[in-house]
Amino acid sequence: MADASPGLRERPLSPHVQVWRWHVTMAASIFNRVTGVGLYVGWLILAGWALALASGPDAYGAYSSVLTSIPGQIVLFGVAVALFFHLAAGVRHLFWDSGKGFMPRTAGASAIVAFVFAIVAAIVLFVIAHISQGSAS
Amino acid sequence: MSLYRSGLGRARGLGSAKHGVGAFIAERVSGVALILLTIWLVWVAVAVARGGYAEARSILASPVHAAIAILTVDVGLYHAMIGMRVIVEDYIEKPLTKAALLILNALVGWAAAAIATVSILKIAFGAGA
Repeated sequence: MADASPGLRERPLSPHVQVWRWHVTMAASIFNRVTGVGLYVGWLILAGWALALASGPDAYGAYSSVLTSIPGQIVLFGVAVALFFHLAAGVRHLFWDSGKGFMPRTAGASAIVAFVFAIVAAIVLFVIAHISQGSAS
Repeated sequence: MSLYRSGLGRARGLGSAKHGVGAFIAERVSGVALILLTIWLVWVAVAVARGGYAEARSILASPVHAAIAILTVDVGLYHAMIGMRVIVEDYIEKPLTKAALLILNALVGWAAAAIATVSILKIAFGAGA
């Protein structure tokens, strides 16, 4: 054999991150993965919350004081943004699975909608939660 | 004999492993369920922000809400475990590290699901703290 190298020959690589022009569908795809990882942590926080709730008022008080602290609220806001973004991105994926929404204009627009929805829905949720918290106490 | 054949040559013509589609479908089905369960979860978040411990306990004392709560956490963790598995398989090349992370993913996911489920059932069955 003329080819001296053993095994497989060098295969061409697909276009890699560095040579890609930034576009919103790419950002949405990356953010969908990132928010997925964030929501993994979110479920663990929720499981811990259920455990605290089942363990009585003292444990619950300690747990919720962490969640209502400023760092806790920042984390929860991040989880809320992640939840709403991942939800919207998941709906986009369902449309793609049925063969719809692949046109660049449509895909770009739905990506922007997902980002806007995530931020607006998270802000609305936090405003409602904080207002109703004030009305009860 | 197989010593003289390349990896590509041996793989060619065999088709896929024929079981990857299971995880794909499970991810979609759990995702569709989570669209509905998320609406419930957001409602609970607002109710608990308003009513705190007592409100949270009284919601989960209802069998219907306890059942939806268990579905939400367990389906959510199931979906998260499938997704995390894909991420580990995509980015981690070293076989030992990959195996360790996949096992960790399973252990953490199942443990969290068990803890949440038992906690919710404990509240639903009215056991004291």
